[in-house]
Amino acid sequence: MALTLISTDTSDGSDATMGFTSGIDSTYDAYEFHFINMHPENENAQFSFQVNCATGNTTGFNNEITSTAFNTYHGASKTADGPKIEDDKDQANGTAYQSILSRRTGAETKESVSGILRLYAPSSTVYVKHFMSQGQGYHFEDYSLTMYVAGYINATEAVDEIDFKFDNGEIQGGVIKMFGVS
Amino acid sequence: MGLTFISSQTASSDSSLDFTSGIDSTYNEYLFTIVNYKPVTDEKALGFQVDTGTNTSYAQTITSTFYKGGHQQNGGWSVLSYNPDEDQAEGIALQKISLTGESNSYPAMTSSGSLTLYDPSNSTYVKHFTARVNTQYTNNGTDAQTWAIDAHIAGYVNTTTALTRVRFAALSGNILTGTIALYGVS
Repeated sequence: MALTLISTDTSDGSDATMGFTSGIDSTYDAYEFHFINMHPENENAQFSFQVNCATGNTTGFNNEITSTAFNTYHGASKTADGPKIEDDKDQANGTAYQSILSRRTGAETKESVSGILRLYAPSSTVYVKHFMSQGQGYHFEDYSLTMYVAGYINATEAVDEIDFKFDNGEIQGGVIKMFGVS
Repeated sequence: MGLTFISSQTASSDSSLDFTSGIDSTYNEYLFTIVNYKPVTDEKALGFQVDTGTNTSYAQTITSTFYKGGHQQNGGWSVLSYNPDEDQAEGIALQKISLTGESNSYPAMTSSGSLTLYDPSNSTYVKHFTARVNTQYTNNGTDAQTWAIDAHIAGYVNTTTALTRVRFAALSGNILTGTIALYGVS
């Protein structure tokens, strides 16, 4: 497997959203998005993504997603648990931004979330689009939380844009790198 | 660029494999691949720790989670469970990244996987990591006493000081064999 860097999006410190509107096409069968220290404006923030089929019958960043999510967590003040289903982070053909990486990330200076999202064959016009992610975050109540999410975007149009945001407040730090996987 | 090979080390009854160079601000993500780890002493898992500057204590504060999937080679047992004895809460011990390790009593059985360390040179954030290592382990070589143990570990090193070095060691005793390679991700 080889990773080819396609594009990098670095937060300017006050981004409502981040993402990529070019570079997602039929060149690669899989794309990876690497998130380095995504830092929210507000405590208790959930990082998330949605996609758009801009060259298809686009309806914007509100495609139907069906997904599963589970986590493990542990800290000095938090009894360890998991793997445990996150039944408020999954979707059943929902059109919301899909939670990924971690949950309830902290916003103090040293707190952030990092991880990887892989998107399979986004340019296919035959199949739904599968995705998987793992993230590792600093929970706002001072413990470690890692979250695994997988699912599919229930669209057969080509996905060619992707968008990321926290569910409240800005992205106030972090780097997102998009790789082609070959 | 993708993955850029930086260095690798192969164990031969070593007390540890220390990566003391090549971890800096060049990359904001580093990948360690672990191939065929085997401890001298049976049942001794592989662990890692980190340090700053030119320090050699390898006792940074870690908070982590650890769970595993497992399956018996005869199909008689399987599990998906959290391992509360393998995680840390602001601990400074070696962080286990395999559940166990198979000694040379059964030469073919080893552990392999990877560790990802995010942005170690950052001086603002804690340092997140994720790891996954699979081990074939046995009590007596029979299918009924041999298991695949898929360990999933994640956490953070609770420091905002830049990390410059990473140590891999068996939880006790030496590393008999195994190659660990360091890559920059860009």
